[in-house]
Amino acid sequence: MDTKVELHSTEKIKLTVRDLNFYYGSFHALKHINLDIPERKVTAFIGPSGCGKSTLLRVFNRMFELYPEQRAEGQVKLDGEDVLSKKLDVSLVRAKIGMVFQKPTPFPMSIYDNIAFGVRLFETLPRAEMDERVEWALKKAALWGEVKDKLAQNGSSLSGGQQQRLCIARGIAIKPEVLLLDEPCSALDPISTGKIEELIHELKADYTVMIVTHNMQQAARCSDYTAYMYLGDLVEFGPTSELFMKPKKRDTEDYITGRFG
Amino acid sequence: MSITALSPAKMSMHRRRKVVNGAALTLSLAAMSFGLFWLGWILFETFRLGIGGMALAVFTEMTPPPLAETGGLANAIFGSALMVSLATALGTPIGILAGIYLAEYGQRTWLGRITQFISDILLSAPSIVIGLFIYSVVVAQLRSFSAMAGILALALIVIPVVIRTTENMLALIPNSLREAAYALGTPKWKVIYSVTLKAARAGVITGILLALARIAGETAPLLFTALSNQFWSSNLTEPMASLPVTIFKFAMSPYENWRDLAWAGVLIITLGVLALNILARVLFRNKN
Repeated sequence: MDTKVELHSTEKIKLTVRDLNFYYGSFHALKHINLDIPERKVTAFIGPSGCGKSTLLRVFNRMFELYPEQRAEGQVKLDGEDVLSKKLDVSLVRAKIGMVFQKPTPFPMSIYDNIAFGVRLFETLPRAEMDERVEWALKKAALWGEVKDKLAQNGSSLSGGQQQRLCIARGIAIKPEVLLLDEPCSALDPISTGKIEELIHELKADYTVMIVTHNMQQAARCSDYTAYMYLGDLVEFGPTSELFMKPKKRDTEDYITGRFG
Repeated sequence: MSITALSPAKMSMHRRRKVVNGAALTLSLAAMSFGLFWLGWILFETFRLGIGGMALAVFTEMTPPPLAETGGLANAIFGSALMVSLATALGTPIGILAGIYLAEYGQRTWLGRITQFISDILLSAPSIVIGLFIYSVVVAQLRSFSAMAGILALALIVIPVVIRTTENMLALIPNSLREAAYALGTPKWKVIYSVTLKAARAGVITGILLALARIAGETAPLLFTALSNQFWSSNLTEPMASLPVTIFKFAMSPYENWRDLAWAGVLIITLGVLALNILARVLFRNKN
C-alpha cells in the first residue's frame, strides 16, 4: 500500500525505510513499507495484534537475524547509512539503535553491573567515570532514587516496574541514538506506566524514540507521530494529533474509535 | 441459589472429579511411600552395619591384609577422592562446552544432532562397557593398570551427564534474555558466557554435583582400569585403590575384618553421595 509521508517540513529525518519487505519463512509479514522517522521525536506504532509493528521494530536493530528463517528485503537507512547491509557489523548497529522489550529482562547480575554491562562492551572507563555513567543512566530512567543504596543487589530483586526502568537505563547507558520500545508498559501497573511515559517524554530531548503500543491513549499521550499498521501494511502515518483527530483513512478511524481491532 | 444446590448433572460431575482426585492422590502417596520405604531401609541397614566398623583408624590406616588386627581405608578414600575429582575436573569443561554447543550453536545442524545422539548413547551405556573400552584402548596398550585409566573411564561417565544438564538448563533460559543481551550489541560468546550461562549457573553446578555423586559409587569402570592397590599411592601411572572396588573385594571375602571395613566404606560413600545431593538441591533452590 502506498502511503504518503507527511511530516512537518522542518523535521530532520533520522531513519528512512524504503520498500521494506519482511518474511517469516514464506509468510509475508511486512509489505512494501516506506517511512521516514524524524529525529528526536517519539513515533508510535499502533495496530491490531499481528499487524507487523513489533516485526518492523525488530528489523531496525536486525534482531530478526537471530532466527535463520526470518529475512528482510529493502532499505533501512540510519543517517543515510544502510543498516541492513551485511557489511555493517550488527553489534555496531545495535549500539546505535537500542531496544527495550515487552517483559523486563534483568541480567543475572547486580543492578550496577546490569547498567555497566553494555557500557563495557564499547568503552573502557575508569571506575569513577563508570560510576557516573551508571548514576546518569539510572537518573535518566527515574530509578536512581529507588536503587542508589542497593546497587550491589541482584537486578531481579526489583519489582516489575523497576526492572523495566532498569532495562531502559541499561539501554540508554550505552548512549544509542535511537531507542526502540516494544510495548514497554504492557506488563506494568498504571503508576509504573506513568513513570515510563514521563521518561519517554524526557528521552526525546536526546534520542529518536520509537514505541510499539497496544494502548491508543498511550500513543496519543506520548508520541509526536503515529503510524497505523494493519496486516503488514503501513496504512497511515502522520502527526499524532492529526491521525487521531482527523484520520485520512477509514480503516484508521475505525481502529482508533474502537469499531475494529 | 446456594452454592451446594447446583444442578444434578453438575453435582455428579463434581462428585466424580472428587473421587478421581482422591484416587490419584492416594496412588501417588502410595508410590512415594514405597520409594521412601526402601530408601529408608537401605540407609538404616547401612548405618546399622557400617557404624560398627567406623573408627578413626578407617581414615588413617591402609587397607589391611586378611585377619589383621587393625587397618583402615585411608588409601581407598584418598584414591576415590583423587580419581573422582580429577575425572570431574577433566569431564566438566568438555561437558559444559559440548552442552553450550548443543544449546546455543548446533540446534538445527547435523553436527549438533549427531553430538546429541552420541551423548545420549554414552549417557545410557552400561558403565562396565565404558570400563572395558578404556581397558582395551588404554590399559591393554600400555600393559598396565593405572589410576589415569580409571580417571578416563570416570570422565567418560561425567561428560554426557554434564552435557545433558548444561544443554537442558540453557534451554530453559528464555530467549527474551538472549535478545535483551544481543540488543545491546553484545557478541554471541559474551551473551553465552556473561548472561545465559550465568543465568543457568545453579542448574549447571547441580548437574556437575550429580555427575560427581554418580561416579563416586561406580565400581565397574574402575575394576579393569585403576584396579586396586593395597598401599597408599598417588602415582597416576600405577594401580590405585578406590572405595567401590575395595568394598567389592572386601564384602565378598570370608574375612570378618574385611567385611566390617566394607560396611564402613559403604557408609562413607552413602553419606558422601547424600551430602552432594543435598548440596545440589540447596544450591538449586537458592538460585531459583
